[in-house]
Amino acid sequence: MTLRLGSTFNTALKYLILIVVSLIVMSPVLTAVLGSIRTNGEFLTTPFGLPTQGIQWANYLDILLDPIFWNLMKNSLFITVAVTVLNIILSSLLAFVFTRVQFRGRGFLFNVLSLGLLFPIVIAILPIFLQIRSLKLINSLWGVIFPLVAFGLPGSVVILRGFFIHVPNELEDASYIDGCTTWGFFIHILLPLARPALTAVAVLQIIAAWNDYFVAYLVLNDPKLWPLTLGIQQFQGKYSTDFARIMAYVTLLVIPAILFYLFAEKYIVTGLTGGELKG
Amino acid sequence: MSAIRVRVLPRKREKSGNERQRPGANNTLLITAFLLPGMLVFVLFLLWPITQSLPLSLYKWNGLGPLTEFIGGDNYTRLFNDSIFQESVKHSFLIMSLSLIIQLPLALGLALILGRGDLWGRRIFRAVLFVPYIFSEIIAALIWLYVWKPVNGLANVALGSLIPDFTPISWLADRQIVLFGIFAVITWKYVGFHMILYMAGLQNIPKDLEEAARVDGATERHVLQYITLPLLGSTIRLTVFLSVLGSFQQFVIIQVMTLGGPANASQVIATYLYKVGIQQFQLGFGSAIAVILFAITLVFSIGYQRIVLRRDYSPEAI
Repeated sequence: MTLRLGSTFNTALKYLILIVVSLIVMSPVLTAVLGSIRTNGEFLTTPFGLPTQGIQWANYLDILLDPIFWNLMKNSLFITVAVTVLNIILSSLLAFVFTRVQFRGRGFLFNVLSLGLLFPIVIAILPIFLQIRSLKLINSLWGVIFPLVAFGLPGSVVILRGFFIHVPNELEDASYIDGCTTWGFFIHILLPLARPALTAVAVLQIIAAWNDYFVAYLVLNDPKLWPLTLGIQQFQGKYSTDFARIMAYVTLLVIPAILFYLFAEKYIVTGLTGGELKG
Repeated sequence: MSAIRVRVLPRKREKSGNERQRPGANNTLLITAFLLPGMLVFVLFLLWPITQSLPLSLYKWNGLGPLTEFIGGDNYTRLFNDSIFQESVKHSFLIMSLSLIIQLPLALGLALILGRGDLWGRRIFRAVLFVPYIFSEIIAALIWLYVWKPVNGLANVALGSLIPDFTPISWLADRQIVLFGIFAVITWKYVGFHMILYMAGLQNIPKDLEEAARVDGATERHVLQYITLPLLGSTIRLTVFLSVLGSFQQFVIIQVMTLGGPANASQVIATYLYKVGIQQFQLGFGSAIAVILFAITLVFSIGYQRIVLRRDYSPEAI
């Protein structure tokens, strides 16, 4: 009996802690979402609360009817798609030779690539800036895309390599006996098998590229080329006292991120934790 | 303990079974075709630029015109006498220490509470605690600007309703408090990430071990102290590594929320590097800062891997 009481108490305590922490974590986001459907005056007097003067759709309409928003969206999508596609193609090619083809200098090259895991892009601001400038990619979306691909590659290769290495040799041997070329094995057998790992890599790249602020901040001066992350900052500067509108903008970016998480949860978690990626 | 250790370290060295040369796998052309595109992007946009920091740091250069004014170690001498730089280094180390002392234990505690699948609502709590990790840093910064707003900001209003006679705090304008304000945002954004790693580590610990100890009369505290935490060792060591590296690369949140201010009170190495190198166009001097940051990261990474992480991956330990 005491045991049962003790465990009930324990469970209650666990829930209490979880609920309190979750509320603290959620409250800034909830404030933003609620703030976005209230008037600026309401937000200023009480930051947290339900709308008392009706839902202020105008906060959203002002943003959504502005072609600038859609242009930012287009740039963000372009960067995200390009980074993800390039990263997937290049990292799967690399992971393939690093696991299934033997050649001299393989270990060395892999170590060089892994070094990239240690260097966050922040460290390389100046040289990256100079390199982009000398390649004439300042004010070009490709000047954002290529550094993001380069800095994402080592991580992707490590994830894919971990998967490729566990594909049984017998499968490869059998495919060669059946007349498959190395390329054929890679494209028709290995990649389809590796779909969960490829999805995990893609999902992580989508998050990284969509959220990038840093490289775009460094490379893009022309507002027409900006992604949403730079656009929202400029918006915040322009309407710095109109909190309701800024919260609407924030909400427009937060909701898709939450939906994306719900949709891709399994792949985000396994990709980050290096968990078992089964088919 | 050694009996347990065998099972602690699930990450065995990868088998080298795939190493043999395949008869169909010919050769240089194929290897080149597979390697070249990826390595080219990697070298052109990561490796080569990074190596350029060192030579650049020996010049005085405003980024325009040719590189002619060689000044040797002068940038470094100047750096070591630069009080703002010293402050920035201190602040970076403070953020790192706070991450290790507060953020990681918090993440670990939450992971232990969420446990391994017997708690109702586990997935919901995990989602709530993790989701800030996938928001972009700019979103995190903007949301928190309004939490820390001195007049009627969420933090002051909430504290005011809990504590009578509470005097509103100027979170980001107070030199003594600003770094803690920044650190709160970093914790909010990253605690879920570390929690997820711990939860994955917990999944790998066989429940029977803990059950067996309980049957033998061990208290919950002892189970935690002698079984769960030691078995989680490799995950903990990994999160320490990621957390230290992550602390030194904090840039966007600080840049957006305070620009390193007020009066450099939240300046860290990365924001100072940006200010000097990009905004003031002192590329040689900025490169010297980059080289120092680079050296800190490199020494830590290599040292930590050699000394601490080694046993998680080397066969001798198993």
